[in-house]
Amino acid sequence: MHELGIAFHIISEVDKIAEENNGVEVKSVTLEIGEVSTVVPKYLEDVWYWACEHKSTHLKNCKLNIVVTKAISFCNSCQKTYSTLEGKKCPNCGSEDTFLVEGNQTKIKSIEVV
Amino acid sequence: MSEVRTILLNRSIADSIEEEAEELRQELKKRKIFLLNVMSSPGSGKTTTLIRLVNLLKDKYRIAIMEADIDSDVDAITVARETGVKSIQLHTGGMCHLDGSMTRQGLEALDGEYDFVILENIGNLVCPAEFDTGASMNMVILSVPEGSDKPLKYPLMFEKSDLVLINKIDTLEYFDFDYNIVENFIFNRNKNAVIFKISAKNGTGVEEVSKHLSSLIDKWRS
Ligand SMILES: Nc1nc2c(ncn2[C@@H]2O[C@H](COP(=O)(O)OP(=O)(O)OP(=O)(O)O)[C@@H](O)[C@H]2O)c(=O)[nH]1
Ligand SMILES: [Mg+2]
Ligand SMILES: [Zn+2]
Repeated sequence: MHELGIAFHIISEVDKIAEENNGVEVKSVTLEIGEVSTVVPKYLEDVWYWACEHKSTHLKNCKLNIVVTKAISFCNSCQKTYSTLEGKKCPNCGSEDTFLVEGNQTKIKSIEVV
Repeated sequence: MSEVRTILLNRSIADSIEEEAEELRQELKKRKIFLLNVMSSPGSGKTTTLIRLVNLLKDKYRIAIMEADIDSDVDAITVARETGVKSIQLHTGGMCHLDGSMTRQGLEALDGEYDFVILENIGNLVCPAEFDTGASMNMVILSVPEGSDKPLKYPLMFEKSDLVLINKIDTLEYFDFDYNIVENFIFNRNKNAVIFKISAKNGTGVEEVSKHLSSLIDKWRS
């Protein structure tokens, strides 16, 4: 599963940051996941606690917050933006000459530590 | 009790995975180790092809193989038996891909001096393409029974692979596989791609691939 690898990766990043901050305990991690990212929030939530339990040093009881951000596409023909969820075809003019502007990213926004 | 404080990070996961892989690649370059990442759908012939390639190259290079699988040891055992080179199984525990940190763990587990290390990635045309393993080169195998539309449906895999093997050409007469379509599409996506047609079963074309690989390995290590 894609999400398990992502979870391990996030955990090792956050563990590193916790080390740099004198081994603090991490209470929560907030992620920003784009609407059309290949990471499915629900699956990530499903593996989160298990992954923290098994693969982390500083995230033993760490809460996961996910903020889903909108995906935006731009149409070269009519020069307008629209929600990527509408599809490849521009809903304003019907052109397929469109590209994704944002919405496929996964980011660690912030963490809370004690 | 101490107070909760917030640390703002704003770090992209993709970027950090990329950085980790790039670091590994540079380190391997310094250590003169060529790492080949082999990807394909399940059953396209990764293991069969690798056994032939290793047997052609093992007198020239110190070779080791890492077999990534969700849970079985079958491929690692087969490769060890058929080639005699060091082979280990990486259990991914349900994961659909490998990244730089998992590859690094595998390399540490190999324990020894090698010139050429092969990573047989998990059978999957989607996820492995999205994660850089830190390899010196990506190779994808497409087999004739899968159909000529695969590069069209899984473009990222073909964009990321500079070496493409069309395998199972001994079965061409039974399938409507159109090589020209495949070739056109691959070159559209990746103009640096080098394509070979082989049959891992009877050995057709495999020697050409081994010569090509050998020149890539020598270049990387020089
Ligand atoms: N006819 C024919 N069969 C082949 C060829 N290469 C491999 N096979 C057969 O295809 C099947 C799968 O081959 P493997 O080498 O195990 O494929 P794989 O990609 O390693 O499979 P996974 O590791 O399970 O993803 C085996 O039964 C092979 O004997 C070929 O060139 N021609
Ligand atoms: Mg195999
Ligand atoms: Zn438009």
